[in-house]
Parts: sequence; C-alpha cells; structure tokens
Amino acid sequence: MTIEIKRLSFFHKERRVIDDLTIDIETGKFYGIIGPNGCGKTTLVDLITKHKKPVSGNITYKGKDLSLYSKKELSMEIALVPQNFYINFPFTVEEIVMMGRYPYIPRFSVPSPEDYRIVYDIMKKTGIYKFKDRFITELSSGERQRVVFARALAQDTPVLILDEATSNLDVNYSLNLLKIAAQRVSKEERTVIAVLQDINLAAIYCDYLLFIKQGSIVAHGNTDEILNRDTLQSVFDVDAKVYFEPYSDSMQVVFKK
Amino acid sequence: MTIKVQKKSHGFKNRLQKATGIQILLLTMALSGLIVISACMGYIHLSFIDVAKIIFAKIFGQTSLLEQMDEILPVVVIDVRLPRILTAAVVGGGLAVSGAVFQGILLNPLADPYTLGVSAGAAFGASLAFFFNIVLFDQIGLGACSVPVFAFIGAAGTLFFVIYLSSAGGGLSSNNLILSGIIVAAILSAGISFLKYVADEQVSIIIFWLMGSFASRTWADVFITSSFLCLGFLIIIFYARDLNLMSLGNRTASSLGVDTGKLTLILLVTASLITAICVSVSGIIGFVGLLVPHMVRFLTGPDNRKLIPVSMLAGAILLLCADTVTRAILPSEIPIGVLTALIGGPFFCYIFRKRQVAGTDS
Repeated sequence: MTIEIKRLSFFHKERRVIDDLTIDIETGKFYGIIGPNGCGKTTLVDLITKHKKPVSGNITYKGKDLSLYSKKELSMEIALVPQNFYINFPFTVEEIVMMGRYPYIPRFSVPSPEDYRIVYDIMKKTGIYKFKDRFITELSSGERQRVVFARALAQDTPVLILDEATSNLDVNYSLNLLKIAAQRVSKEERTVIAVLQDINLAAIYCDYLLFIKQGSIVAHGNTDEILNRDTLQSVFDVDAKVYFEPYSDSMQVVFKK
Repeated sequence: MTIKVQKKSHGFKNRLQKATGIQILLLTMALSGLIVISACMGYIHLSFIDVAKIIFAKIFGQTSLLEQMDEILPVVVIDVRLPRILTAAVVGGGLAVSGAVFQGILLNPLADPYTLGVSAGAAFGASLAFFFNIVLFDQIGLGACSVPVFAFIGAAGTLFFVIYLSSAGGGLSSNNLILSGIIVAAILSAGISFLKYVADEQVSIIIFWLMGSFASRTWADVFITSSFLCLGFLIIIFYARDLNLMSLGNRTASSLGVDTGKLTLILLVTASLITAICVSVSGIIGFVGLLVPHMVRFLTGPDNRKLIPVSMLAGAILLLCADTVTRAILPSEIPIGVLTALIGGPFFCYIFRKRQVAGTDS
C-alpha cells in the first residue's frame, strides 16, 4: 500500500467538498480519478500533496501519517502536474525543468552533473529539448504544459499526480504524455494518480478507476470491470455504450446523441 | 531568417545571464566609483584624488594625508556629502530589492512597494507626525526621529492590515493582496489630503516631505537604513530559490517542498520593513522599486538568486545618480521623488508598450 486514505473529510466554507472518503492506493498502478466538474477531485489531490489539511480523517503514506512528513521530505515522494497555469516570469524551459531538482540540490549549491543528466534526459523524452532555451512566457499553452510535466518527472518521485494535466494538449501529446507516465508505472513500479476528463484516454492507460461524485467515491475497481453503462449513468447522468475495442486494446465509451 | 535572428538573441541573452558574478563585480566597482565622484560634486568642487584621499584617511585613520588640505574639505565630504550619498544609495538598493520581492510574491512583474499600500502608510504616518508637530522624542533628545518613527509605524501598520484584509478567505492570494493594497492606499491618500487640507502652517512641510528628499541626512540615517537593508537582504537571499518556485504557482511550489503561506508572510514582512525604513528617511520616491527589477530582469533573467543582488546594486546606482543630479547638477534642487517619477514614468511607459508589442508578435 502506498497511500491509505481513511474517512477523509474536507470543508470549503460551509460546503462539504470531500465527504468521508476511504480508499487505498497501491504501489505500481496507474489510477484514474474521474468525476463531474466541482466534485472535489482537485481538493483530493491537494489533500494528498498536503497542500491542504483535512478537517477529519487521515492519509498515511508508506505507513506513516502524512502530517508527520516535512514538506521537503514529501517533495521527494510525490510530484504534481497541476492544471494549466500561466507563468509570469521569463524563465527558460531548462530552468523550469531544473526546478524539479530543487528538493535534491542544497539551497546554495549549483546543480550536479547528475541533475543535468536527468533534466536533459527528460527533456528529450518529453520532446521539449529542442526549445530548452526558449522562454516559458513565449510558449503556447500546450508546449508550456509539457514543460510543466517534464518538471514533475525531473522530481523523480515514486508517486506522480496529474491534475487534468492533458487538458490543454492535442491528442498526440496527450497520448505521448500518458504513455510516458504509464511506462513509469509498468517499468519502474511507480504509482501514477491522474485526474482525467477524457474517459476514453483514462480507459486506455489506467489500471484502476475511481469515480467521484459530490466528494465521495461512488464506484471504484479495475478499469475493465468498473467502466460500464451503470457507472457512467450514476456518476455523470448520461447514456453511454461501453464496449471492448481491440484497436486500443481497452474499454471505450461512446455517448448517445 | 527571423527565426535565426531570434535564436541568436536567445543565445546571447543566455550568455549574458550566466555572467552574474561579473555583473555584480562591475556594478560594485561602478557604485564605489560613483560614490567618490558624486562626493566631488557640489557647491565646492573637489578633485577625485582629494576625495579618495579623505575617505581613505578616514577609514584607515591616516590623518597625515590631509595636512596640506583646507580643513573644511574633510568636513564637507565626511559630514555633509557622504551621509547623503550613502543614504541615497542604500535607499535605492532597498527599494529595488523590495520591489523585486513584491513582484516575485505577487506574481506580477508590475508590482512594487506602492502596490500593497506600504508607501502610502508611511506617508500617512509621516503626515500625522508633521500635523501634530509631534515632539514626543524631544524629551529624550531624539526630536528628529519622530517623523521616521511615525512613517515606519504607518507602513508596518498598513502592511499588517492589508495582510489581515486579504487573508480572510484562508491563504494569501496575490489578487487579494493587490486589491486590499489598492483599497487601503486609496483610503490613506484621502487621509493625507485631509491632513493637508486642515494643516495651516505644516502643509508645506508635509508636501515637501511627500515629494522625497535626501537633504541633510546624517550618519545615523546611513546606519539605520543599511543595517535594516543588510538584515533584510540576507533573509531574502536565503529564500530566493523558494521565491523562484512560487512563480510556478502555489500548488506546484507546495509540491516542491515550499511552505507557501509561511514564505509569503516572511518575504512580505521583510520587504515591507525595508520599504518602510527607506520611505521613513527619504520620503516618497516612486518608480525605483518598479523599474529597477524590471530592467535588471533583462540582464539576469528572472532567477531571484541573481535578480535580487543585481537589482540592489542597480537601484543604489540609479538613485545615487538621480540624487547627485538634483543636488549638484541642476541649478536649484528639485525633490528627488519628482525627478524619479518624471524620468521613470515615461521610460516605464516605453518598456511597457514595447513589451506588449513584443508579446503580440510571438
């Protein structure tokens, strides 16, 4: 078990955003979190990354309560790719990716050759090496999102959280990015938790799906079993057909007009 | 073709940005040179060598060097000119550093010490002191201190009120901070106008102080401002790398190990106290905190570990030059706050416009 979430609740003002949520996240799996807008997905991510503190309930990471980790310790364990965010200052792409290494570099030191090797390697893998010297302020939102993704990979953590990280990307880069994440799961036994809007993309890459509605998990299970007509009906209130598609080697969803 | 040119300029910019050590060295030398040169200038003109001799003699206690000189000259340099020159340099550095920090925290390259109402708070405090002609320090022989002390209290009070206002929803978001700052500054300016309106004889003193000046600064001012600046600078440099991460947004910075709430508070208080102490000795001097970090970013890039030290030196040089111009070059002294706004304002319009045009191109 990597992350155990027990009876977690969180309030925003008077509203219950996370409602008595319990789930275990296992090591070495690709998790997808799916749910309608405003269901508490992002809040759940903030609670797991300790950006917000739960009102009640607790989260343990590797058997130790999350509140016992310092921010710095946690930054070497869990990396986050946030929703698209405009960066106001003209850092170069390479500088941004290098920021992923900050937790490992002492405050007043320069990056080691190893840090450079990791950063260059990741920039090549994510296809951003060719504009490594350009300014982040000059990039399109899709390019910027890939840089932010590379930054999180450079953090080299056992757990990677994607919070609608593909929302600005075209289908080519979305597939590419999720493929890189999936490889980290299958080859390196890391854990990925991805909040996704696109159910079909989730169906292709995720091993396990969590459906969230109004702050609680209404359905969860292996993708092949849980992704079905009834689940989609109860979570999104839509009519859909779910079938196995050999071309993508996964379940796929089509919606009724 | 254009792409090639762009690439070249990027390469050049990058090389420029890597040379921070050299930049700091050059700027430090330029600043030391300027301090000596500006000490030459004024009503009595001295030669560069004489001034260098006087300063050298004072620092190393070798009075023999001064034997052939008119004995008024060391007094002019050490007791009259240097305190003013050094205060101008320290205040320039302080305003530039706090400007850079405000821009980093508020994620807004156009923020400065005014954005949070800190300067308005200081001005209000000082106006109050003038209005009531406050002499509460006279008994203990520190009559001159009441204005700086009130300015400082005004600035610090405003800062905490702005933080209190903007933290109501939990967490300090930059939008809330800027909005609260503008609201509070508007109220305070109305307060200052009111004080000016009801003040009979003090009105000219208030107005003159508000326009900013380094006239008749003492060594005490130099020591107070420079000790605050040094302390603040050390704190800010310690957190400079975390400030870089803040530009990735609160959530990302948090996931990279930064306690964003704590960092915001520490840096905000530090930068505001630097501003407060600067404003309290010099009056209101606009555009240095806004303009200097903005220009320095072209040289160093946005990395705060380079930006902040270089901004400090550049700010010191800029304000020292401006003060020397009003003190020694112009036929009659005009308030330095007016000068910096008159030169800085249009210049800022120019780069702002240029930046927007560049933005639409790409």
